[in-house]
Amino acid sequence: MSALAYTAPSSVEEAVRALAGASGLAKVLSGGTDLLVQLRSGRTRPSLIVDTKKIPGISGIREENGAFVIGAATPGAVIGENEALARAWPGLVEATNLIGSTQVQGRASLAGNLCNASPAADSVPALIAARAICVVVGGNGKREVPVESICTGPGRTSLARDEFIIEFRLPKRAPRSADAYLRFIPRTEMDIAVVGAAVNLTRDAAGVITDARVVLGAVAPTAVIVADAASALTGRKLDDAALGSLDKAARAACKPISDKRGTIEYRIKVAGVMARRAATIAYERAGKSQ
Amino acid sequence: MSKHHVLTTINGEPTEFLCEPQLTLLDVLRDELRLTGSKEGCSSGDCGACSVTVDGRLVCSCLMLAVEAEGKSIQTVEGMATGHDLHPLQQKFLEHAALQCGFCTPGVLVASKALLERNPDPTETEVRYWLAGNLCRCTGYDKIVRAVMDAAAEMRGATP
Repeated sequence: MSALAYTAPSSVEEAVRALAGASGLAKVLSGGTDLLVQLRSGRTRPSLIVDTKKIPGISGIREENGAFVIGAATPGAVIGENEALARAWPGLVEATNLIGSTQVQGRASLAGNLCNASPAADSVPALIAARAICVVVGGNGKREVPVESICTGPGRTSLARDEFIIEFRLPKRAPRSADAYLRFIPRTEMDIAVVGAAVNLTRDAAGVITDARVVLGAVAPTAVIVADAASALTGRKLDDAALGSLDKAARAACKPISDKRGTIEYRIKVAGVMARRAATIAYERAGKSQ
Repeated sequence: MSKHHVLTTINGEPTEFLCEPQLTLLDVLRDELRLTGSKEGCSSGDCGACSVTVDGRLVCSCLMLAVEAEGKSIQTVEGMATGHDLHPLQQKFLEHAALQCGFCTPGVLVASKALLERNPDPTETEVRYWLAGNLCRCTGYDKIVRAVMDAAAEMRGATP
């Protein structure tokens, strides 16, 4: 890494120019909690690091027309401290705050968690369940893409070399809506998901689910949207039959690997359990939110 | 290779240094500025021995490039005592013997100070979760947690 250069541009245009003009590999830096580990281990050997944090608006949370916009480089700790965001999107906030330690939360960002493209990333299933949109900037201007279109496999994204994410846009919240994220790990803190499950749903005044989205993490090369699980919930109350169908659909969607964190059979079984529990939490939360 | 000229504030003192872009803040604190209180345990953000605050936010200095310190305000363990007067946390760590080898202690102290600035009256559970990113291989954590709780009580002016 003898030829490494660093730049901290103060505009999107400058950052895009730097990324496009790099002679070798260029890496985008936000919180750096994955990138610096990979630099140290030699797993990545960029010639240029483009630190995006001086670009106006890339860090911080705002509301626009009643919907939240989260800057791509906003640290997890800042996301966790935003009470209005936690009321509207408790699942997304709890997923984000599960990433690493207090120290890691001081720096780690949603864009970093997404673009590191780990199958076990905690915030990604919650972002996808929330139907969050990424605002991507690059040489061809600005485009808006759903979060699920970013990761194409472990460590790989669909972003072009001169592109990066500037912010995440969450949809406006309907009444009686809530989300939840659960991660299974063998201990209580500081670990990587064996299975993650995010459920985002809306119920009507009678308790019937009118809309649902179920997303699993760590059970396939990328986060999996379980459409059959969503349809198993929609149009019904969250009774035992609905939970049973959800469990079955979640298990059927898994294509995991066996590794030191869990075997294929174990991950599939746990995915069904996590999906059921996350749905139960989201359902209860939605009942309390008006 | 071009070095970056960085202007920053460390423990309240305006500080400048030259650094290569791949160096971490921890590298520069220890090797350039000779502030060797922050320790290098894992270099991967897992152990917390290098904990510092940057603009009041607790971070691992091994997970931050030194060039990113430009314009920031950094607090290290060296800034905790006032002259010869130890910070209440440091005093309580001595009283409770909340250390054995001492390698994790600077990071634990900096992290605990950041906790008590946000939450002067934490529960034991809150202390344990906050410090989950500070690994100690000697004490088994109980003495650390007791020292933090006791320091918090003293700093609140509570009677034990």
